[in-house]
Amino acid sequence: MRRKAVSSILSQVPRVQTASSRPLAPILAITPASRRYSSHPPNAKLNQQVQFNTSTYLSHTTSTSLANPELPSSIRTSGNTSKLNLYQAINSALSTALSTDERAILFGEDVAFGGVFRCSSNLLDRFGPDRVFNTPLNELGIIGFGIGYASHSHANTAIAEIQFGDYVFPAFDQIVNEAAKYRYRGASEFNCGGLTIRMPVMGVGHGALYHSQSPEAFFAHVPGLKVVVPRGPVQAKGLLLQSIRERNPVIFMEPKILYRAAVEEVPVDDFTLPLEKAEVLAKGSDITVISYGTPLYTVELAAKAAKEMLGVSVEVIDLRTVYPWDKETVFESVKKTGRCIIVHEAPRGGGLGGEIAACIQESCFLNLEAPVGRVTGWDVHMGLIFEQFNVPDVVRVFDTIKKTMDY
Amino acid sequence: MATEAKPEDDKPITVSLQDNSFEPYEIEAPSLELKTTKNELRAMYRDMAAVRRMEMAADKLYKERKIRGFCHLSTGQEAVAVGMEKAITPDDQIITAYRCHGFAYMRGASVKSIIAELLGRREGIAYGKGGSMHMFTKSFFGGNGIVGAQVPVGAGIGFAMKYLGRPNTTFALYGDGAANQGQVFEAFNMAKLWGIPIVFGCENNKYGMGTAANKSSALTEYHKRGQYIPGLKVNGMDVLAVKQACAWAKEYTVSGKGPLVMEFVTYRYGGHSMSDPGTTYRTREEVSYMRSNQDAIQGLRNKLMDWNILTEEEVKDIEKEVKEAVDAEVAAAEAAPTPDNTNRILFEDIYTRGSEPDWMRGRTVEETFYYKE
Repeated sequence: MRRKAVSSILSQVPRVQTASSRPLAPILAITPASRRYSSHPPNAKLNQQVQFNTSTYLSHTTSTSLANPELPSSIRTSGNTSKLNLYQAINSALSTALSTDERAILFGEDVAFGGVFRCSSNLLDRFGPDRVFNTPLNELGIIGFGIGYASHSHANTAIAEIQFGDYVFPAFDQIVNEAAKYRYRGASEFNCGGLTIRMPVMGVGHGALYHSQSPEAFFAHVPGLKVVVPRGPVQAKGLLLQSIRERNPVIFMEPKILYRAAVEEVPVDDFTLPLEKAEVLAKGSDITVISYGTPLYTVELAAKAAKEMLGVSVEVIDLRTVYPWDKETVFESVKKTGRCIIVHEAPRGGGLGGEIAACIQESCFLNLEAPVGRVTGWDVHMGLIFEQFNVPDVVRVFDTIKKTMDY
Repeated sequence: MATEAKPEDDKPITVSLQDNSFEPYEIEAPSLELKTTKNELRAMYRDMAAVRRMEMAADKLYKERKIRGFCHLSTGQEAVAVGMEKAITPDDQIITAYRCHGFAYMRGASVKSIIAELLGRREGIAYGKGGSMHMFTKSFFGGNGIVGAQVPVGAGIGFAMKYLGRPNTTFALYGDGAANQGQVFEAFNMAKLWGIPIVFGCENNKYGMGTAANKSSALTEYHKRGQYIPGLKVNGMDVLAVKQACAWAKEYTVSGKGPLVMEFVTYRYGGHSMSDPGTTYRTREEVSYMRSNQDAIQGLRNKLMDWNILTEEEVKDIEKEVKEAVDAEVAAAEAAPTPDNTNRILFEDIYTRGSEPDWMRGRTVEETFYYKE
């Protein structure tokens, strides 16, 4: 049953965000177009489709890509780029990791065939079946195996894939009780710091209960782990390479709708981007909006509308590493703007928004002009037909910006 | 001293194992002729006596409320840790569950570092942070607190051996209780599928916590539980049988034939942990019968005296030496200082040094710990 679900998801991951290219479009043709997307009605003022090809959060030209001050100077001055989507950038990072560290191995369900999202395409041919291999369908075993391999000596690098973040829960014990605590209980010398666990997360429009969850908060509760969520191809390559080389276990969550939708000019050479460092995507003076992964693009549209309709200058922060997160950048921004909202797809209760809001009120209380707002998934499961209502949309972000400004 | 190793006692000798030492599954059992030396036999006796003395010391310290928390003793099961170590080299790998003191000792940890760990001292083998269940030393990956969780980790360690081209095997040990965990079967499948050189070793001490094996397991012949993996049941109360079986298992797995499932039939004299008197789910008669008829240390002593390898006087000398050596190390562990009462000690090793976040929160704002000064 799960196999079937996977292949149907794969076929429906948007190649381009137009309704006509969807495989199911002919079947749906009897439905009036105006009813197809509840939250994207044709005359919507705010809830427009995200246009990834014009988003300023992605680098569409070589020069903007190479202008990134976090890149090493050699790449900035003479680097080449190529146009990659997010899964191709992941593939580039994996390929780089395997070719620069001969002890690195890559494994997971169907990864030798390229994985359901094509992230590991061609890696079997290039690196051989000893290093790139399929596992049985046993998440607990996959992670336990990865911990064992990574623990053998400090140099061993295990890159495990969980096919969907929704499937990680059988492995929860191994991640929380074995991987995260290994170093602490092993007097530093024994650890599994070379372990990286990749998984696709967040909504895809039609993933329903078991293909659209955002489980980051479960792991952002566990000292010893680092949890990373990239927003686009450049970030994905640099952050994944850093996560693989990082000598701490890292949970690397890839927003699955961005695999094909987000396209950028990505430096061809080997580079890493820093963990635990947030990035200010847009400077602003009136309110800080913090997010990570897919909802950043919703935030971009809401910020644009807030500027045009309310004259509000929004500072947007991509958290990137959601645990341990970059308090310095966040607090500096909130102290400047005095207002803040946090946007994530995961449910509100026990979500990262609550933790970030609590830290902000502890550290920026006297600077706050309004309560810290949260725009999140509701405390409900991801029902197939309700996915578009569950994930934050532009109206909800815009509305919370407005309410926070009017407070 | 009478118990010093004599060079002439390093000459190989052959001793016969009992006929019922092994029960194979889908494979031919190892030979019942064990090649050994007099010195090795004496060392086995000494090591088993040392492990028991150390466990008894832990028992006493626990009852004196100096050791706190969880503490699982291996009294009665010494032959498994000792026989296994004698069959392998320091480059072979072992990973086990929480009944790990004997294995840590046999893999090279000092009695002092083990007892200091139990006492929560900085000189403990895991800085006093792991306690009874988490002990690590070279080629020994613990010491794991979650029932069954170490078994797939062992598969990964075994794969690392294969990947690195090392001629070494890995023993992944678990109990009869853990044998029913799903992840054990996940590990079996991966190991067989990928031809991993690993021995899955079930220490069957007859009770998973307070539940008898036959009340928890549909098949109590744990050596057959690999189904498609050959198995061997071993008399785990006979250190010589354990040694022979482990040497055979190492040869089998390292030669590229894939994994094995082994069952060491053993018995724990104490409760599951210190908080379990161990008498509510089994009779006192059963325990005392096992102690007087099946005891591994007594059994080896009788054999060595029968074979004229040890005299009664030498036995007493060994026991005296062991007692003095262990007691001295236990005293040193007790005298070792407790960790400094600082946040630096509390927060170290959550992440690899130098990669920590700027700060971690303590109980209060004032106790927030900054990794970088």
